[in-house]
Amino acid sequence: MLNTSTDRAIAVKDLKKSYGKLKVLDGIDFEVHRGEILALLGPNGAGKTTIVRILSTLLSQDEGTATVNGFDVRREPGAVRSSIGLTGQYAAVDEYLTGRENLEMIGLLYRLGEQETKNRSQKLLERLDLVEPSNRRVKTYSGGMRRRIDLAMSLIASPSILFLDEPTTGLDPHSRITMWEIIKGLAATNVTVLLTTQYMEEADRLADKIIVIDKGSVIAQGTPTELKASIGPDHLEIIVKDDDDFLNTLKLFETDVLQNDPKRRSLSIITKNGTADLKKVLSMLEESKIIIDSLSLHRPTLDDVFLALTGHSTSVEAERQTNASTTL
Amino acid sequence: MTTLAIESNIQTQQRKPKILWYVSDAWIMTQRSVRHITRSMDQLMSVAMFPIMFMLLNRYVLGGAIDTGDISYANYLFAGIFVQTLAFGANYTTINLAVDLQQGIVDRFRSLPMNPSALLVGHITADLIRNAISGVIIILAGLLVGFRPTAGLIEWLYVIGLALIFSLAISCLSAILGLVVKSLEAAQWTGFVVIFPLTFISSAFVPTQTMPTVLRAFAENQPLTHVMNAMRTWLVGTPSDNSAWIALAWCLGIIIISLPIAAWLFRVRGK
Ligand SMILES: Nc1ncnc2c1ncn2[C@@H]1O[C@H](COP(=O)(O)OP(=O)(O)OP(=O)(O)O)[C@@H](O)[C@H]1O
Ligand SMILES: [Mg+2]
Repeated sequence: MLNTSTDRAIAVKDLKKSYGKLKVLDGIDFEVHRGEILALLGPNGAGKTTIVRILSTLLSQDEGTATVNGFDVRREPGAVRSSIGLTGQYAAVDEYLTGRENLEMIGLLYRLGEQETKNRSQKLLERLDLVEPSNRRVKTYSGGMRRRIDLAMSLIASPSILFLDEPTTGLDPHSRITMWEIIKGLAATNVTVLLTTQYMEEADRLADKIIVIDKGSVIAQGTPTELKASIGPDHLEIIVKDDDDFLNTLKLFETDVLQNDPKRRSLSIITKNGTADLKKVLSMLEESKIIIDSLSLHRPTLDDVFLALTGHSTSVEAERQTNASTTL
Repeated sequence: MTTLAIESNIQTQQRKPKILWYVSDAWIMTQRSVRHITRSMDQLMSVAMFPIMFMLLNRYVLGGAIDTGDISYANYLFAGIFVQTLAFGANYTTINLAVDLQQGIVDRFRSLPMNPSALLVGHITADLIRNAISGVIIILAGLLVGFRPTAGLIEWLYVIGLALIFSLAISCLSAILGLVVKSLEAAQWTGFVVIFPLTFISSAFVPTQTMPTVLRAFAENQPLTHVMNAMRTWLVGTPSDNSAWIALAWCLGIIIISLPIAAWLFRVRGK
């Protein structure tokens, strides 16, 4: 069943899709190798879900070709479906069934057979920490549990390619990190993962390759390191109490200063390893007896990516800045 | 959480002819839909309460005022209430489908290596099972309020057979409605807009001879009246005509035409 003649798990060529006059996808090209994690990064309405739906045979494209596991999504949808697992943007679970019933139903529909389905369900429930609520109706699940049972349903047939549409949206920080670990664990077993996200940080933590899309076009692609380098480095912002201290601080960091603003008595310095640098900077400032107002760590955000790449900003409400330190 | 080791990336696809897979998928979907019915208060009520209510209200509120000639009103009314209950029960297919389509679960079914129309078959079969139960309840309720059938075994088999085929036909039509409506509210409305007039402008509660000409013409020629008349003949021995054949033709016609349309609508929706 599996097509192993190529190591490209997904290949997308010049994909186009319009709804009436609205061009939702305007010629998308990319490839994903086996075992890779690819992140599609983009703001609301960029076309991420549309791409996922086309690749999982739920939607047909207007133009262009897409192959998944070597099968053409339009000509061989059945073979594609046998190769993939899909966790959509909104939980695809049956609220009236229990978690276990949901899982077993999908297992049977994947034609795994009764016994195999039962075994796999139990294992997945254990691994995703869902044994306790497994006999409750999904209606009563929290958002995080729902996400996990949804993921379990996509995993039950051990697909070689997994689509995850915004897998962590709406999860608390702890659940988000758990989900990241699960995804990384999957990729370690040679599952190819295509995920979508609005968060630079998420793409950074997980992806081997990031594709940035905006208004249906790919506007940048590369490894997280490559992308971030193109956007600008992490930086520390220091704001000091008085003008003398400001000048002293400028002198202290000299070449590392990215930009400065005498009026606000603030300056930014480039940092390669965030929190470690934060400590170093703090002790340097202390040694020089400079009194600071605030010191904070800034990472490039999706907004920065967009500002840098398109000149317009995104509408992502959750600006995910890591403020490592507050007023001292 | 440790890493998720996946044992193998090869799916254990068992070998079976396509048609058997289809039957097995449809059966899994039927079980799912039946669980929905048993787990939703609203649906359980519809199975038992509504038919009994209809029966009691019509029997005792209207019953005294209606002249049904030689046979008692309880005997006349039964076939009407029976068919009305089946029609409303089968119409639940509209709502159940609309609910499904609003949730992500349909997308998941579509991304599985099964024929997604098994979902349709599942809903329709589950509603047939629901209607079988409703049918038994309504017969018991009828017996309690004075319904005295004269039917023998053969006639009862005819009644059951036509009831199932009729229920199936309404379910198939309802499936189309469920696939074209855009919202749940609309799905709920279709029951009133389509089923109510059909059941009231029929021979269900009053003999059609008493109606104004236009209504009478409609009532006497629409399928529900034929189904009711056929059942009335079998159950309580009213004079027989060719209603049974016309009813059967209507029902089979509806099924043969609407099932492929529903399957097609389901396939293209959202593509
Ligand atoms: N059925 C449809 N009819 C008309 N327009 C649609 C339809 N589906 C999607 N669109 C439009 O296509 C564009 C891309 O939608 P898509 O869902 O792919 O975005 P997205 O990147 O997933 O966004 P989000 O982050 O909000 O999930 C949007 O402008 C959306 O309004
Ligand atoms: Mg989306």
